[in-house]
Amino acid sequence: MCCAIFGAGRPERDINPVNSANGEMQKLPTLKDPNRELRIFQVRVWVAIGVMVILIFTVIGRLAYLQIIQYGHFTTLSRDNRLKVVPIPPTRGLIYSRDGKILAENRPSFSLEMVPERVHDVASALVDITNLLHLEDSEVERIADEWKRARGFDSVVIKTGLDERQVALFSVNRHRFPGFSIEARLSRYYPRKEQMAHVIGYVGRVNEDEQNVMDKLAYRGVTHIGKVGVEKAREDTLRGIAGYKQIEVNASGRILRVATLSPPVPGHDIYLTLDADLQELATDALGDNKGAIVAIDPGTGEVLVFVSKPSFNPNLFVDGLSKAVYSKLRESSDRPLFNRALQAQYPPGSTIKPMVALAGLEHDVRQAHDEIFCQGWLTLEGADHRYRDWLKRGHGQIDLKRSLAESCDVYYYALARDLGITRLHKSLSKFGLGRATGIDLPGETEGLLPSAEWKRRTRTLPWYPGETLITGIGQGFMLVSPLQLANATAALANRGFRFVPHVVGQIEDPMTKVATEIGIHEGPEVEVEKKSNWEPVIQGMVEVVHGSRGTARGSGVGAAFRFAGKTGTAQLLGIAQDETHNIDDLPKHLRDHAIFIAFAPVEKPEIAVAVVVENGESGSRTAAPIARSILDQYLMNATIVADDNG
Amino acid sequence: MDSRSSLLVRLHIDPQLLSGALILCGLGLVVLYSAGDQSMDVMVRQTIRMCIGIVTMILVAQISPARLARWAPFLYVFGILLLFAVFLFGTGRSANRWLHLGIVQFQPSEIMKIAVPVTVAWFLFDKVLPPNLRTIIVSMLLVLVPGFLIIQQPDLGTALLVMAAGLFTLFFAGISWRWIFSAAGVGLIIAPLGWFLLHDYQRQRVLTLFDPQRDPLGSGYHIIQATIAVGSGGISGKGWLRGTQSHLEFLPERATDFIFAVYCEEFGFIGVIVMLAAYAMVLARSLRIALSAQDSFGRLLAASLTMTLFIYVFVNMGMVTGQLPVVGIPLPLVSYGGTSLVTILAGLGILMSIHTHKRFIVYS
Repeated sequence: MCCAIFGAGRPERDINPVNSANGEMQKLPTLKDPNRELRIFQVRVWVAIGVMVILIFTVIGRLAYLQIIQYGHFTTLSRDNRLKVVPIPPTRGLIYSRDGKILAENRPSFSLEMVPERVHDVASALVDITNLLHLEDSEVERIADEWKRARGFDSVVIKTGLDERQVALFSVNRHRFPGFSIEARLSRYYPRKEQMAHVIGYVGRVNEDEQNVMDKLAYRGVTHIGKVGVEKAREDTLRGIAGYKQIEVNASGRILRVATLSPPVPGHDIYLTLDADLQELATDALGDNKGAIVAIDPGTGEVLVFVSKPSFNPNLFVDGLSKAVYSKLRESSDRPLFNRALQAQYPPGSTIKPMVALAGLEHDVRQAHDEIFCQGWLTLEGADHRYRDWLKRGHGQIDLKRSLAESCDVYYYALARDLGITRLHKSLSKFGLGRATGIDLPGETEGLLPSAEWKRRTRTLPWYPGETLITGIGQGFMLVSPLQLANATAALANRGFRFVPHVVGQIEDPMTKVATEIGIHEGPEVEVEKKSNWEPVIQGMVEVVHGSRGTARGSGVGAAFRFAGKTGTAQLLGIAQDETHNIDDLPKHLRDHAIFIAFAPVEKPEIAVAVVVENGESGSRTAAPIARSILDQYLMNATIVADDNG
Repeated sequence: MDSRSSLLVRLHIDPQLLSGALILCGLGLVVLYSAGDQSMDVMVRQTIRMCIGIVTMILVAQISPARLARWAPFLYVFGILLLFAVFLFGTGRSANRWLHLGIVQFQPSEIMKIAVPVTVAWFLFDKVLPPNLRTIIVSMLLVLVPGFLIIQQPDLGTALLVMAAGLFTLFFAGISWRWIFSAAGVGLIIAPLGWFLLHDYQRQRVLTLFDPQRDPLGSGYHIIQATIAVGSGGISGKGWLRGTQSHLEFLPERATDFIFAVYCEEFGFIGVIVMLAAYAMVLARSLRIALSAQDSFGRLLAASLTMTLFIYVFVNMGMVTGQLPVVGIPLPLVSYGGTSLVTILAGLGILMSIHTHKRFIVYS
């Protein structure tokens, strides 16, 4: 101490010979006073010592409080802490076709994960692993994002679905990556890829929006959720219930002991009503065309075929697809993500005629044998606009059956005119047009069945008589989805009985193997005054394929069963008065959509089908043969099976 | 005995500071063996760092205060340049603090923990003390420039410590109480404004400090688990290698910032008193060195370094026991990690130099 006082007396300059402050010194009113400086310093040191002592005693006080007074409380907490409760994710239910073929399964897959806390330098480790496994930029972006949000001890998924080569590559280099590990998990896989995508949909990682609304307890340990299709509609059936294990873990995260265990309850398996073979055949039959095919068992409402083309590979969505791939899918002009069978809206064209015919009979506006004369066009009274028939020279004298077989437009212009839009609307709505069918798939559209009231409400415009005429041949405002069309066809086949279409047939508990049938739900029947009114309509549809002048007679040739059908064309271009155009000159995407509806066998129908081929031009040439091949496959194979059993 | 003490004298080593530091390092290794999952790799690495730190301390002790004062401005400018370099090429998780130099990587902000008090002391020692307004303003600039750069990284904890080291120097230089209290008053008024400048995660830390339960699996997790670890240690602790909180992985950052929680859990209140006594030994010796320093440069520097060391200990322990926000400050000489260890030991080297060089000045 005394040494310091002596030392302090020495001039400060000794230390720094560069006397920078000399000039300033003269301006300063006071000179350096070493003794005063030392005194001030000593006071300050004692103040500091006082503060330190106070602060140290607050720490000691706090520690005494925690370790002595609250010891019992924290010991309890600590003992409870020894056991971690870890959720065991349930196994998601499988999805089968009606014939037992697997459509959605869980495959073991390897994923590379990282616990940031155990990685010495995450940034450079990520660079190394990116180079090792050739990760895409978008993946690196996602990892960086997750890493930022994760707590140090949460594992971050680097890459899922590693193939054997990548697993081997990582294993060899494992020593370079402490904190990284390969985990085996189950990952959803859709073996039929594009073929079933629009029915089954897919699962994907739970996103933030879903996290905010979901029942967090039900999703403990669950990383994926159904996003569309059956996977979404039947999410609760498929998911199962998470189990819990209470585990004691050691410092390296290794499980020392499983204390208690409540096993997870696996999700229930689903058997769809879809026939996998028939679906495959229908998919192939559409070829490279865009379009949709829906086939329904009229006796139950079970959906047998549900095709929407083009499709997409649902496996891409399971572990998240890169932005580039996703925007390519989204922005493709073919719209592969669009579920045409469920959501597309097409004018039904002439396929509406059997239903209009029935309306005519029911309202006594026509008798089956009544004939009208078709000269190739019709004009409304007091107007000179000619509503043209597709056959320029006209069909001549024509009755109801022939009007269906030959698809005479003038017959239906006249019938629609005589019925009026109100009665037409009422009759057609009985077939479920303009209303969702209630199928067990999310996102169905309602279509559009126009009425005067609808037009006033939505467009604030009056209904014009001419619009009634074109509604009679399925053009104008009217829009239907392929599913609605198939559903209406099933009602025709059933002579009025309707069922709610559904794709889920039965649900099976994988533990007990107890299967629960999904009940068949009857829809509102198409009620008729006279049951006999169905027959001329159906006979007309039979004539379409089996009659000598039927529009689709080519598709009826050689059939081992009698079936009924109706061709249709959805016009994309309005054809101006008296204008003719050569179909071959039109670019493909502007050509008309080809439509065909059919059911078989006629007397005891087992299948009703609707086929829409976008830009297929002619219902009889492109759509009808596809429908025929589906009927053939379904009925012929079914017959063979029945014979075997007999 | 004689020859040994003469060797210590020749090497400018202060035996009391050295033994205090070695006790703390030893405690550090003991608890690290437990916290680091008994990994020999971790032990070897930390031992090597300690050796590097001790060698650095001895080397620094050879630099006379006069030479240190001459080097001060260069050290300061060098540190500022490195901070800019980090700004431009730094790496590190979400916060850019690290600079890679070949195989070595370090945080330039650590250099400033030494450079700032040295530079402020160099600036003040030939000024008339207590400092006048102009002196205060220049000193404040010397403090705020690196502070601002480190906040940008963003590393609020280190920035506050670096600035505190500079401000302590001003405090010991005798800046008037009027200034101190008015600055504190202004600080209280500005504090609510500062709230809006904080990063989200920093706000979370302050909020969860007051109520850890509001996010028991999120940012409150550190505080809750650390408090359980400390409290369940009791008076005598659960015993070495038998802390369940740490060994069952409930305690994050248990080898680095939260190593004190592991220590409390395994060695209890008695162990805490032992460790505090070791720190008190180092701090008391440092203050004695400050009081006996022969010029204001050594005085201010020694006192400021002592105070900084104390703040480290206090902030870390306050954080672990849930009294202060989680700011990511290691426990001096005990926490796993090289940069802070070397910095602290270099600071002790400066203290040794201040104490052991005056005789030579007197005789020269």
